[in-house]
Amino acid sequence: MPEKILQKEDAKDLLRVCSREHELFAPVRDGSRIIWSPVAPDDRLEFEFSNTDLSPKGFMFPQTERLMHFKNRPEDPQGMIMEQEAGLSRPRALVNIRPCDAKAFAVLDLVFERDASSTDVYWKDKRENTLLIGLACKHPCPTCFCTSVNCGPHHEEGLDVLLVDLDNRLLVKPLTASGEKLTADLPDAGQADIDQAAEQKQEAEAAITSGVSLDSIASRTVLEEYEHPCFERIFESCINCGTCTYFCPTCHCFDIQDETQEDYGRRIRTWDSCMSWLFTHHTSGHNPRGTKKDRVRQRFMHKFKYMPIKLDGAIGCVGCGRCTSKCPVNIDVRSVVNRMNESISE
Amino acid sequence: MNDITQQIRTTARRLLEEKTVDCVIGYRKGTVPMQEEPYFAYSPEEADTLVWTGFCVNNLANFLIKRPGRNAILAQGCVSRNIVGLIKENQVQRENVYILGVHSPGMLDAEKIKAQFPDRVITKVTEDEQEILVQGWGFEERLERKKFKRNNCFTCTHRNAVLYDEFIGEQGPGTGGGNIDKVAAPWEAMDSDSRWAAFEDAFKDCIRCYACRNVCPLCYCDVCFVDENNPQWVGKSQLDADIYTFHILRAFHCAGRCTDCGACESACPVGIKMRTLTGKLEKDIREFYDYQPGLDLETPPPLTLYRPNDPDVAG
Ligand code: SF4
Ligand code: SF4
Ligand code: SF4
Ligand code: SF4
Repeated sequence: MPEKILQKEDAKDLLRVCSREHELFAPVRDGSRIIWSPVAPDDRLEFEFSNTDLSPKGFMFPQTERLMHFKNRPEDPQGMIMEQEAGLSRPRALVNIRPCDAKAFAVLDLVFERDASSTDVYWKDKRENTLLIGLACKHPCPTCFCTSVNCGPHHEEGLDVLLVDLDNRLLVKPLTASGEKLTADLPDAGQADIDQAAEQKQEAEAAITSGVSLDSIASRTVLEEYEHPCFERIFESCINCGTCTYFCPTCHCFDIQDETQEDYGRRIRTWDSCMSWLFTHHTSGHNPRGTKKDRVRQRFMHKFKYMPIKLDGAIGCVGCGRCTSKCPVNIDVRSVVNRMNESISE
Repeated sequence: MNDITQQIRTTARRLLEEKTVDCVIGYRKGTVPMQEEPYFAYSPEEADTLVWTGFCVNNLANFLIKRPGRNAILAQGCVSRNIVGLIKENQVQRENVYILGVHSPGMLDAEKIKAQFPDRVITKVTEDEQEILVQGWGFEERLERKKFKRNNCFTCTHRNAVLYDEFIGEQGPGTGGGNIDKVAAPWEAMDSDSRWAAFEDAFKDCIRCYACRNVCPLCYCDVCFVDENNPQWVGKSQLDADIYTFHILRAFHCAGRCTDCGACESACPVGIKMRTLTGKLEKDIREFYDYQPGLDLETPPPLTLYRPNDPDVAG
């Protein structure tokens, strides 16, 4: 699909076309934070930001989601019967989503839509009805390391369109049929613009100086890695909060509960966290991940060992750096993984 | 490297070499700007990585709870007071902890510093007694240190450790200079409707990650009331009622125990100022019972005993 060009001041025209079918959301500044917010085509879009504080994970996998509802009256013939929820009422478009966050959706597709018999209908509904218009990264943060986990500042996976910010213009790269349809009326980009975008890609990649090595982790057996001596120390400063998992675009542990109030009942799904002892606490009282060490090890083993084995090499991390910048005790995923990758001496 | 860092390393090294303790709990340099990492040094070599800066914003007393062995711990005023509290509450044995007292320079608020450079990337921050040097992509700027202290450090009442086995460096000024009662003042000036509105506004962004709870040395219950599921007191969703219940109950559990160390606010990933609640309780405890938590090992905490002349606070 040929690349297109768009004057930045005309971005609103593209958004107007998009808004005919889609409800628009984009990163906006809120004090010193960057948050996802509903926007109108005429709103000024933010182009100078590193990434949103919270990832857009909640658009597909909300922190609290009603799965079903029921009438809480056992004596009523219509009572206690689960009713289906309506799906998304209107398609959505996430504008200026960063490549790592779109890649995270692609990774989670492998989890939530693994095969036809176990597809998560709630995830699928929102995924299929959400258009992703990405914005390539010009100035990666010091905590970004996407290039070492199958991603990058111009990565295209999961996106319908990729925008590259060329100061007063945007290079527009349609990537799917929906992306092509949306951008059909734009003029083709000239070679100079395409070259400038390619140069920016190289610069952005070069600006990412930290990374993780995964070769030894990949070559070991699960048990060898599980017993890596590094796990004796990594957990020490962790306070087992939910910050890293809630901010992570690929963490997807959840809990399901029924809640009732008078005549009304609902079945909800909420984010949960492998860092919480309660997450794996059995009714019997036994807890297979009873210590902090077990829980911290789980988070990293899951992303960097179990997921690649189960999901044909896919890594459960896209290198966005949120867990590192938000962790209250500076547990840095890069240091953890690099320690996991160190050789095991006898 | 500052002088205190040097002295911490020398002392930690000696304690480990002489096997006075099994471990020294302190901080080492963080991997990102404006964040140091709580660190457990077991050997003299590891002791040489300890640091003391304005970004040591956790409360290390938290790590003593249920910790085996004999540990040395770095403690400025608030942290030493929390250690005293833990000893009084039988969570820590006095003989198992070797307190390295220190004076607090007034810890810095990374969010306040970041707010000065909203659309720029900060790569390195260093400080001396007067100034903070912020470096980032394409810029370098100096800030006046005292303007960027955390709110709780402005109103600190005890900057020097109150209980210690050894003091590192010199004792410094005792207070932060600010008026601690001002934290409570906004609530006191409001009628109940505007108070509720202000409360809702203050906690609207909470994602219930529980970092504020887990980082706090007061929160050591085996099963926190929010985690109880038989019966389940608090729901798991983002319903306002559940979020508010958590915050109100957490704050009340801190009454007469909170040292205003500020670790909760520093930990919060969405910038919630939950000290506005504990600050009001701190003032009430001080006024009603003439008590400040953790100043000595003898005075019983007011909410653990009944006295006939207790003030009638409900009235
Ligand atoms: S790694 Fe950090 S953010 Fe994650 S649970 Fe531990 S303390 Fe919390
Ligand atoms: S593990 Fe950390 S760096 Fe990786 S995707 Fe999750 S939040 Fe981002
Ligand atoms: S740390 Fe902040 S977001 Fe997390 S539970 Fe506490 S107040 Fe809520
Ligand atoms: S409630 Fe906050 S300020 Fe008080 S002791 Fe706990 S962490 Fe420190």
